[in-house]
Amino acid sequence: MFLIRAYRTTLPRFGASVPVDTAKMAVSRRVSATFKDLPGGQILGPTFDYTHRLLDFALMAEGEAAGSPPPTPTPIPSPQGGGGAATPQIPHVMSFLNRDGLIETDAAGDATPPDLTREPMELPASRPLRLQSLTRGDEGFILSLAYSTQRGYGRTHAFVGELRIGTVAVEMDIPELGFAVEIGEVELTECETVNQFTGSKTEPPQFTRGYGLVFGQTERKAIAMSLVDRALRWRELGEDFVGAPAQDEEFVLMHADNVQATGFLEHIKLPHYVDFQSELELIRRLRAEAMAQKEAAE
Amino acid sequence: MTAQDYNFAYLDEQTKRMIRRAILKGVAVPGYQVPFASREMPMPYGWGTGGVQVTAACLTPDDTLKVIDQGADDTTNAVSIRKFFQRTAAVAVTEATAEATIIQTRHRIPEAALTEGQILVYQVPIPEPLRFLEPRETETRKMHELEEYGLMHVKLYEDIARHGHIATAYAYPVKVEGRYVMDPSPIPRFDNPKLSDCPAIQLFGAGREQRIYALPPYTRVVSLDFEDHPFEASKAPHDCDLCGASDSYLDEVITDDEGGRMFVCSDTDFCRGRVAAGHIGRLGAPDLAQEAAE
Repeated sequence: MFLIRAYRTTLPRFGASVPVDTAKMAVSRRVSATFKDLPGGQILGPTFDYTHRLLDFALMAEGEAAGSPPPTPTPIPSPQGGGGAATPQIPHVMSFLNRDGLIETDAAGDATPPDLTREPMELPASRPLRLQSLTRGDEGFILSLAYSTQRGYGRTHAFVGELRIGTVAVEMDIPELGFAVEIGEVELTECETVNQFTGSKTEPPQFTRGYGLVFGQTERKAIAMSLVDRALRWRELGEDFVGAPAQDEEFVLMHADNVQATGFLEHIKLPHYVDFQSELELIRRLRAEAMAQKEAAE
Repeated sequence: MTAQDYNFAYLDEQTKRMIRRAILKGVAVPGYQVPFASREMPMPYGWGTGGVQVTAACLTPDDTLKVIDQGADDTTNAVSIRKFFQRTAAVAVTEATAEATIIQTRHRIPEAALTEGQILVYQVPIPEPLRFLEPRETETRKMHELEEYGLMHVKLYEDIARHGHIATAYAYPVKVEGRYVMDPSPIPRFDNPKLSDCPAIQLFGAGREQRIYALPPYTRVVSLDFEDHPFEASKAPHDCDLCGASDSYLDEVITDDEGGRMFVCSDTDFCRGRVAAGHIGRLGAPDLAQEAAE
């Protein structure tokens, strides 16, 4: 990951893709915890969520080599039958709640979001900047923060409105052509949470959203990200800051990046002879002074 | 896979004994959260490890087990836990509430009245009703000791002052025999009245948080409220579209992306029973009725 990031800095950036459309995602898994059934269906897909994880002693008795291959998940046929060619559009669960005006809406804007890879982090950060930071953030860190909100440190009452995994087309506007062409595809995991919200001084009672979008098949990180995103939104929703770590934007964003954290943590293995020598001298001097004072007192 | 490789109901006898002691203590002090040395189970924390351990400690070979999640026998987690005990304890299983001796549940109390001799085991994510007012366990235990529940009443009062209602729809706090404030697990508040004066034993297991608590039969359980804002059990203002029941808790199912939706009983066994008895809802279900009649 570090190598890829470092290599990327050698490449000129010649453009940005069009925002990917996750409603057109070719999904391999898509579940909702808020509705038992819904258009597009519950597509369980590749997961260990519903299988037993019991040790099978029969295998050991038969002397089978450890580490037998995991069961290959059976491919899930596309709910619309087709699969492949024309990707069926699977509507987002949030749009069903939206129909009733039960969930907050975020008007689409033309503003170019800030780019964390090109500009330094600016605090207080806008939501796009926060989301970028969380997407790049360390999974373990985001997970623990999200878990802390579930246990009362800045609780946001999250339901998984929808979790989907699949590939989306990445398109780019080519100025010479005047339209967008597909330049590749990427696997993403997207999570949208519906959060209980009883209103505040500035906002009416309605469901609010947390959002997570991460690369690859990484459900845990996508869910965790959406919980932390929601916790960080206390200011714009007029909620109280209860002092929870997950609400503290500066704390979260400045410590989420694994590459930065690993590098700085491990650098203490490097030589620090000079600094330590000066510390050593200081401690010796202070001790000598303290001893002298003690003797004088006696 | 041979079930004999594992002890009956998965856990070893020493562990079951430890859990049974915690259960007995819980029964002796209704509503009090008893710490217990929760074990790792072959399923993730948060998926019912507490309930599974309590069920494992209560099961005998003669028991008949029913497992529900969201009221339904056919939801993934219910199916998974039922299969787990079929494999590790080889006990009889059922979907009929009346036939079960032990019912493990997540988020619902069955519609059909429970009877003496039955055990209802709840899966509990956060056993501490005060957790969302005070995140620190050291503080909340002190509050329970001192019966210091003012904070909870202030929270409910603030809800009323701001919204005109108590804005808690599930996991609605209750007071047990006038002493401990208890979290009934995330059941909809529609189910709260069924907690009180119940002939069955109700056991609550929270694996990740390492707590067990209990309501012995016929325990008085009161949902917290105010004289001028009495507790109100609520549900969707509809009848079941399959069986026509007007007194059961309903799930909302989205049927298309044009705003179409239907309401069905969340308790699948209750709904199936009514359909078999000839009750038909708005959307009927002739094939289901026929199937049940056969």
